[in-house]
Amino acid sequence: MSISTEGLPATTKHVIKLDDATVRLVGDSGDGMQLLGTQLTNTSALAGNDVATFPDFPAEIRAPRGTRAGVSGFQVQFASEDIFTPGDRLDALVAMNPAALVTNLGDLDAGGILIVNEDSFEDKDLKLANLKSNPLEDGSLDKYHLFKVPMTALTRKAVEELGLSVKIADRCKNFFAMGLVYWLYGRDLTATLRFIESKFGNKPDIALANERALRAGWNYGETTEAFVSSFRVDPARLPPGNYNNVMGNESLAWGLITAAHLSGKELFLGSYPITPASDILHELSKYKNYGVRTFQAEDEIAAICSAIGAAFGGAMAITTSSGPGIALKGEAMGLAVMLELPLLIINVQRGGPSTGLPTKTEQSDLFQAIYGRNGECPLPVVAARSPADCFYVAQEAWRLAVRFMTPVMILSDGYIANGSEPWMIPDAESLPRIEIQHPPGVENGEQVHFRPYERNERLARPWALPGTPGLMHRVGGLEKEDGTGNVSYDPENHEHMVKTRARKVALIAQDVPPQAVTGPESGDLLVLSWGGTYGACTTAVERCRRAGLSVAHAHLRYLNPFPANLGEILGRYQKILIPELNMGQLRSIVRDTFLIDAIGLNKIKGKPFAVAEIVAKINALLKS
Amino acid sequence: MSTELPVLKDKDYASDQDVRWCPGCGDYSILAQMKKVLSSIGVPRENLVFVSGIGCSSRFPYYMNTYGIHSIHGRAPAFATGLKCTRPELQIWVITGDGDGLSIGGNHLMHCIRRNMDLNIVLFNNRIYGLTKGQYSPTSPLGKVTKSTPMGVIDNPLHPLSIAIGCEGTFVARSIDVNIKHLGETLRRAAEHRGTSFVEVYQNCNVFNDGAWSYATDRDTKSDTIIELEHGKPLVFGKNRDKGIRLNGMDPEIVELGKGISEDDLLFHDEKAAEPSLAYLLSRMRHPEFPEPIGVFRAVDKPRYDEELNRQIDAARAKLGPGDLNRLFNTGDTWTVA
Repeated sequence: MSISTEGLPATTKHVIKLDDATVRLVGDSGDGMQLLGTQLTNTSALAGNDVATFPDFPAEIRAPRGTRAGVSGFQVQFASEDIFTPGDRLDALVAMNPAALVTNLGDLDAGGILIVNEDSFEDKDLKLANLKSNPLEDGSLDKYHLFKVPMTALTRKAVEELGLSVKIADRCKNFFAMGLVYWLYGRDLTATLRFIESKFGNKPDIALANERALRAGWNYGETTEAFVSSFRVDPARLPPGNYNNVMGNESLAWGLITAAHLSGKELFLGSYPITPASDILHELSKYKNYGVRTFQAEDEIAAICSAIGAAFGGAMAITTSSGPGIALKGEAMGLAVMLELPLLIINVQRGGPSTGLPTKTEQSDLFQAIYGRNGECPLPVVAARSPADCFYVAQEAWRLAVRFMTPVMILSDGYIANGSEPWMIPDAESLPRIEIQHPPGVENGEQVHFRPYERNERLARPWALPGTPGLMHRVGGLEKEDGTGNVSYDPENHEHMVKTRARKVALIAQDVPPQAVTGPESGDLLVLSWGGTYGACTTAVERCRRAGLSVAHAHLRYLNPFPANLGEILGRYQKILIPELNMGQLRSIVRDTFLIDAIGLNKIKGKPFAVAEIVAKINALLKS
Repeated sequence: MSTELPVLKDKDYASDQDVRWCPGCGDYSILAQMKKVLSSIGVPRENLVFVSGIGCSSRFPYYMNTYGIHSIHGRAPAFATGLKCTRPELQIWVITGDGDGLSIGGNHLMHCIRRNMDLNIVLFNNRIYGLTKGQYSPTSPLGKVTKSTPMGVIDNPLHPLSIAIGCEGTFVARSIDVNIKHLGETLRRAAEHRGTSFVEVYQNCNVFNDGAWSYATDRDTKSDTIIELEHGKPLVFGKNRDKGIRLNGMDPEIVELGKGISEDDLLFHDEKAAEPSLAYLLSRMRHPEFPEPIGVFRAVDKPRYDEELNRQIDAARAKLGPGDLNRLFNTGDTWTVA
């Protein structure tokens, strides 16, 4: 018994055309909301829309059912134009229970579509959600376009012939909800039916039940009188090419594999599981045939140390983590700086300090990235701006690491890591190679006076590999004598080496592209941003410009060192606004570096910026 | 042009750096034996890597004319692990001490041994922190007065070999710095073993803990306090080889040979025993109740992490073909914009 993957005919009801739609799906963390959201996103991307997503879930795997703490959500914006964010305000909200409804309702616009599972609004559900009255009856939802759908009952009915237990039948109700949302936005069922077939193929009962629930949801929209019309969002005018919808962690993993390939290296990852970085480990561990070796270490420290060991041996070495794990890696990062070996350290930031908010996003590890080690210990820091950008940042970081023989830190964040967007698939042959040279050995093993800390014009030392005859040398964490690499306590040498390591990192500013600016070349206001706020800042600045305001925007990829022209750019504007999901860390560094009194817009709520928040700040600054 | 490998002598393994251990330190002897063993086992110098952590023993790599990493405190097994996974053809030695390996680095030591990484770990046990000038270590005996324990140590000491055996160690051995012949032979066996070789060396710190092992090294006492393990042989000791170890139930006991007790009644050593119980029992025999065993406690063959990891890489390549970026980029559902 296998399922049919045939889609359904188009709706016969009235269709309203939209430029974009923002939909949020919310329920219990066991209700399958992430699955629903991912499917809706992929189907929308396949239909040619531009998409941007924002999954939002609790740190607990299964928080108490029906409570506010256990609410899991997935927001997606799909559009017929270029978009950069998952949307501020919701056009539609699908809530599977009262707790999910009340914790998300505030983001739904008045007049917005609200679909609820009516069957989960019994007294016990209301009590679990800490509600005194039933919102379906107390008039509090009057300003929305409310659809009360008995999803549990309808799902049970749709699958009743299959003789499944009530518990199993009820698990299919996310597919019913999915079917209804697909009808509402004119989505083709085919891709999701294919997904059901491959995911549940070895459990035919479940596959069939999910198929029936999905179709029942679609048919419910088509046949119920309550739904008068559905919507359509046309394909976006994306540049021609082949596309894949990628999540940030996945795209980062692919970028790393690509960088290894382009540099003729095999990849070694030393990692310890941590939210929200673990998916990079999971993804990389699938690609063993690409020569990817993943090592799940006993702890964060062993993870980076194993990577440094692999780097000494000549591998493309990586360690992945999030803030708390990066804190544990501090001493080893210092060693990597001292050894002057190429290494990528990836921090997928989350809310801090300490354990903080593991599943929420924040940009509060910038200071940690730039300063968080003992001694004078500079290392380059680059930041990804979006899920698809992770692919390119990974390659750029590795290019810098091997050109300058230095560990490089890549900053991502939970928002980028779990979000997704269309990525134009490049032709692998067109990607620039990454050149690496290892000094050759000396035949017949004659010992030469090899100088492991002899430097080239970039101040990079040679990457001599064990196994090379005649180049035997020792590296270590004690201060090195320049040139020989021997242990040295000489005061002049120490100062020289500290300055040399700093100068080497500073030289990277000459090796990276100059900072680009969109908008006016000089004027009243420049928005300076970095990392995952790219989408919100870009959209906000565009919106303000369309409203006639003079606003420029510069988004930083290189945070240490800054691009060489940044100071000059900052000098051309009256005001500099730096929106950040922290207390103002980039702002501090910019003030310190350029003596410019930049203005902050700071949010520390574990959530990304809404575009409107940045627009409001820009408006306020230009008015004052 | 000759293609023969040059014949290397001990001195060819010495780096150009001055050795800076205190005069009289037990480390000198271990360094000398290491060079001697290496010159006899035929691994090219460029394929040797010494990895260490922090402490007196961890200066070892600087004195070897091989590749080396003097890393950070306690983490040497982790560095060695990453190196071995990616460069399995290298012979890697981890040099550590009782503080580095069992205190700050206990976690890494434990996991390295249980993975059976193909590495040789030599733990110099001097029962004291030397480089930080005289605090007690995880192997210092109860009651030991040190700089940080003026009223005596109150935490129970660890037995390194019991730890190694508890971590499923496949090669576990002990030797003594001044017992140079035995030490050399033990290091040679460690080098030959495939999998994690764990060797504890009783090493005298003549500055901060002089005489910690004198019972095991003094000419007058050592034949009664030390028992040399030999595979397949009964456990006999004593100046006149007139004493032995017999099992009484599950406990070892000292018996005198003769008077109705023959060697056949004694415990016979079996380093290849599948179960580690015997090795563990031997690791628990401590001075002064028992003579302390030296030699190879356990040497068994088990799968090695580095080999298994690389076997999976080969298997994946055989099944899926080598990596192809264009195939990678097109994983999952893709679409075309015209």
